Amino acid sequence: MDISRRDTLALGAGAVALTVLPLHASAAGVDEMINTFTGGAAVADGGVDLDAPEIAENGNTVPISVSAEGASAILVMAAGNPTPDVAEFKFGPLAGSSSASTRIRLAGTQDVIAIAKLADGSFGKAQKTVKVTIGGCGG
Amino acid sequence: MADGVKPRVKAPKKADAGEVVTIKCLISHKMESGQRKDKDGNVIPRSIINRFTCDFGDQNVVDVTLAPAISTNPYFEFEAKIPESGDLKFTWYDDDGSVYEDSKTVKVG
Repeated sequence: MDISRRDTLALGAGAVALTVLPLHASAAGVDEMINTFTGGAAVADGGVDLDAPEIAENGNTVPISVSAEGASAILVMAAGNPTPDVAEFKFGPLAGSSSASTRIRLAGTQDVIAIAKLADGSFGKAQKTVKVTIGGCGG
Repeated sequence: MADGVKPRVKAPKKADAGEVVTIKCLISHKMESGQRKDKDGNVIPRSIINRFTCDFGDQNVVDVTLAPAISTNPYFEFEAKIPESGDLKFTWYDDDGSVYEDSKTVKVG
């Protein structure tokens, strides 16, 4: 088969696109978890703040914090981990604010997703890509 | 009970009525994810703390469900509203059924 100059370019572009795409190993799991959390309700962008570093040197402890005004629960997921669930925060009547910080493990460069159940019963979403230099799943 | 599990909590001793205070807590626990393998290639079974709660009196402050993706020595920082003098109670639930507890007294006034 002859490979023309044009084909070579197309192949190259395809290869770049493949390598740039973040890990989507458990994308289906994420959708399923969101559905379980929201009961199938629509999720709008915004309404929740997710703070995570842009680049994490060590995937074993990545500091994150989430907050959403008046939210009763916040679900945190890592789309590229072997299992996407990270934590679910439920805020009780004596919570001073609907915010929390913790440290999580990330297997590699991927999106961290936070879904909040807001005061009016709707759902908000925030997403942030974290670049991980050393993955945190051992093995 | 897993070895060397020690909860540590930082909470203020005094607060004004209705004040919102920041609480930091950490528990030493290896949080074995169930993904790692030992040198013979056998999967090390999962052993994590799967739930953490903080209550003031009989009212809940925060209730967290933990997955293996929470780091070793799980750390949480959150805010609580202190309505009156009383005890903040912290509870960690281990996969093996153990329950670790700690409490801090907060005085109002």
